[in-house]
Amino acid sequence: MTEGIGARVLRKEDKRFITGKGRYTDDIIEPNQAYAAFVRSPHAHANVKGIDASAALAMEGVVDVLNGHQLTGDGIGNIICGWGVTSKDGTPMNMGAWSALATEKVRYVGDAVAVVIADSAEIAKLAAESVVVDYETLPVVVGSVEALADGAPQIHENAPGNLIFDWEIGNKEPTDAALASAEHIVEMDIVNNRLAPNPMEPRSAIATFNESEDHYTLYTTSQNPHVARLVLSAFYNVAPEHKLRVIAPDVGGGFGSKIYIYPEEITCLWASMKTNRSVKWTSDRTEAFLTDAHGRDHVTHAKMGFDKNHKIVGLRVNTKANLGAYMSLFSSATPTYLYATLLSGQYNIENVYADVQGVYTNTVPVDAYRGAGRPEASFVMERMMETAARQLGVDPAELRLKNFVKEFPHQTPVIMAYDSGDFAANQKQAMDAADYKGFEKRRTEAAKRGKLRGIGFSNYIEACGIAPSAAVGSLGAGVGLWESAEVRVNPVGTIEILTGSHSHGQGHETTFAQIVAERFGLPTENVAIVHGDTDKVQFGMGTYGSRSGAVGMSAIVKAMDKVEAKVKKIGAHVLEASEDDIIIEDGAVKVKGTDKQMLWHEVGLAAYTAHNIPEGMEPGLKESAFYDPSNFTFPAGCYICEVEVDPETGVTKIIQFTASDDFGTIINPMIVEGQVHGGLAQGIGQAMFEGVVYDPDGQQLSASYMDYCMPRADDVPMYQVMHQSTECPGNPLGMKGCGEAGAIGSPPAVINAITDAIGNNNLNMPATPSAVWAALQEASKQAAE
Amino acid sequence: MYTTKYHKASDAANAASLLGASPEAKILAGGQTLIPTMKQHLAAPSDLIDISGIAELSGVTIEQRKKLGVLKAKGGETITIGATTTHYDVANNADLAAVCPAITGLAANIGDPAVRHRGTLGGSIANNDPAADYPAALLALGATIHTTSRDISADDFFTGMFSTALNEGEVIKSVSFQAPANAGYGKFPVPASRYAMVGVFVAKSIDGDVRVSVTGAGDDGVFRHAGLEAALSSDWSSASAAGVNVGAEGLLSDIHGNAAYRANLIGVMAKRAVDAA
Repeated sequence: MTEGIGARVLRKEDKRFITGKGRYTDDIIEPNQAYAAFVRSPHAHANVKGIDASAALAMEGVVDVLNGHQLTGDGIGNIICGWGVTSKDGTPMNMGAWSALATEKVRYVGDAVAVVIADSAEIAKLAAESVVVDYETLPVVVGSVEALADGAPQIHENAPGNLIFDWEIGNKEPTDAALASAEHIVEMDIVNNRLAPNPMEPRSAIATFNESEDHYTLYTTSQNPHVARLVLSAFYNVAPEHKLRVIAPDVGGGFGSKIYIYPEEITCLWASMKTNRSVKWTSDRTEAFLTDAHGRDHVTHAKMGFDKNHKIVGLRVNTKANLGAYMSLFSSATPTYLYATLLSGQYNIENVYADVQGVYTNTVPVDAYRGAGRPEASFVMERMMETAARQLGVDPAELRLKNFVKEFPHQTPVIMAYDSGDFAANQKQAMDAADYKGFEKRRTEAAKRGKLRGIGFSNYIEACGIAPSAAVGSLGAGVGLWESAEVRVNPVGTIEILTGSHSHGQGHETTFAQIVAERFGLPTENVAIVHGDTDKVQFGMGTYGSRSGAVGMSAIVKAMDKVEAKVKKIGAHVLEASEDDIIIEDGAVKVKGTDKQMLWHEVGLAAYTAHNIPEGMEPGLKESAFYDPSNFTFPAGCYICEVEVDPETGVTKIIQFTASDDFGTIINPMIVEGQVHGGLAQGIGQAMFEGVVYDPDGQQLSASYMDYCMPRADDVPMYQVMHQSTECPGNPLGMKGCGEAGAIGSPPAVINAITDAIGNNNLNMPATPSAVWAALQEASKQAAE
Repeated sequence: MYTTKYHKASDAANAASLLGASPEAKILAGGQTLIPTMKQHLAAPSDLIDISGIAELSGVTIEQRKKLGVLKAKGGETITIGATTTHYDVANNADLAAVCPAITGLAANIGDPAVRHRGTLGGSIANNDPAADYPAALLALGATIHTTSRDISADDFFTGMFSTALNEGEVIKSVSFQAPANAGYGKFPVPASRYAMVGVFVAKSIDGDVRVSVTGAGDDGVFRHAGLEAALSSDWSSASAAGVNVGAEGLLSDIHGNAAYRANLIGVMAKRAVDAA
């Protein structure tokens, strides 16, 4: 089978994407459509004293100007957070209200206070500029540490001191005791920089209210259209679910930022009803910086203890997580259950304790962004391990090897039960490929050229395929995290797979077809993947957390099991054989050991004509399944980064980046390698280039590509990407997930390499040339003292 | 974009009169700064006067040095570049590269291919972005800016960040300078925008005069660096440039690099510019 599991099948979807024929939300044109432009706050914190829209309303082409009082007056609900986190003292989190259009107060620059609906996008934008809002400005705070300080500006009334939650995990007293008696202590302050997600396609929505049917249709850039419909219906009261269709057509990247249901999408739906027009809004790039949920932004203090044999005896971590001005959909889960549950890393550590403070600030809401909590955890773990090795004077690879979890399943002190892995094998594969042994020679050679060469490791582990519904429910999740699928075999034998997963770059149309090809021996061109439309697919939880393989494909496998069972019954009946003797291979249903067979399309036809099927069998050939995983999956790997720094300018060049990943079963190695390449570029972007910068007034200083540096092709090396896999025991295909690993594992490898090169461990991300140069100056100053 | 009135100027004089007719009019050459600015609603010219089709404003001419005695050193040709000559056309002019490779190399590294095919020398210097490359070159080369009403020396032309000596209704026609005996440009790009964080242009004239200009770093736009000029006048070598202690006063600090870093880069880029010359 050339197109089955393990085949490098070219992406079926690329024909339309690379010929410019993708159909994105902004490409959808509805008759009589109008355009929305939002009136946004230029202040990070202010009371709204009044809104004068008279000039806008007087402009030709303006349909209406709507505000937050009208929105809430019509019963549109406040934006929810979908995961409740309980503080140490047992109290629920202190969550402030978030209306899609602010009424009394604005809390970050970009907070929308009104919307203009007009005949053209240009008129809407001009009219929005003419709306006069009377603001009474208030003191601003942008950093989590500052927001927790005494006397900081109070952002939400019901979150005193801006503290949303003070949460903990692990075993506190034993951890403190272990640290107290440890032979060596490594202690660090670690900052994880704030990032803007920057999908290539900005967010967009077009909403249509059909008055005669009391029905809404929303096309939008979503990673999870069913979740959007559920939330829009159950919490925002736009319309009941059967009166609301949500379609996420081609979506150009998400990285987490398109999980959430934002004010703009809600407002477009409501405004369509108010104006009886289709209402379209498409974000421009500046709006994306100002309103797409940001990622990361942790300030952490960590303390790790070792015994005299360099075994880790305990780890204690405190993290202050900046959640921005409002709590976005998964904002509470990202710095808690998606983060601190991985603070055991790849290591056998008996005692781990972490506490996390979630903090309101006058900044854009912060939520899950590619990796979501796990990059922050791996950055803490792997910076600590590398630093420990330097302080203990031992080889960083040896120190890790000594502390690896070696037996599975392994229960960590922070909830997770690792099911499989071979961390030493990944490390060895990466070290061999990177020629770790030859590094010192290369360092010496580089020094002769005036360059500082460094090498850094990152042995990451993450949790994907989020996760058993009952388990996440007990931890506070508002939804179940299963997935559904439907396999429709048509009378001519072609197959449609309806999936609740959503592809916004992942290549599902190819990989999902491959598992059908593998199972039934059919060409992938006979398989179509249907997704992204709540009227077509019954339900689904969508795509994030690298879950479409481990969870989404498992649901398809379950549905295919049912199809296979029925096909075998039909085959046995028609071919007059025992069901046990029926096999399916090469697109045919055969009687084992004979030449009797039905071609696949003949089975389909038999099922639908129903002229000759077993008595009592329902006609047709269509099965659905819901799959609820039994555990998270645990992709892991070893990344080795080698850099050269120009001491004159601080410019860092990545000479070599080696990645050995354990993703379990791989369906399409080409697509998996592409995911790793993209993830590594994103992680290298975080480590060396990207960073949202606010000034003290809460203005973003990095809200365009003139100042926010995305990694470019010439910034990244040719990667060495390889696999050393153990099968995941938790799902039928043995898959672990690959969508985020690159972004999770790479930042610590890069920073470990640069700090090794420059001889100064005090370096934050992004390690820009100026930051690296400053660290070099600091190092030479210290050396002189 | 706000509504604007588009004019296609027939020649430079026509452009100047159209420009003078409205205080809110703007010249449109390559549009690589103006158009994005207008799209972002950050500029709202009442009239746009398009000079991109005017033949007399485009092209490079090189006038050989008069043969007075024996030609002993390279340089000395009079180079004239029309205001609407694109960066691409400057970068790919082989005759110009033969007499002043520093300026063709500079043009080849402005922006990206799209910018280089549309953006013009005149547009760059009229805008005088504090991180633009051309102002550094013209200042170090001691160029003259020819406008519809007068000739202005580069020393007088660049009057501060986004500010020039151009009067209302005055249009740049061309720039001219004498090919240097030796010149080089060292540019350190801002990682995000790839504009110059620091760009240093070093030039030695056929008479031995050394001029060194710095773009990207100054808190009021392009400037000449006296310390580097003195050092390179007495010893034209990268070691000499590297030996200059460049101070941070008067330099920009922003999210990409503080004044101390820029001061360091001025020294490093001066050294590399001499190496490249």
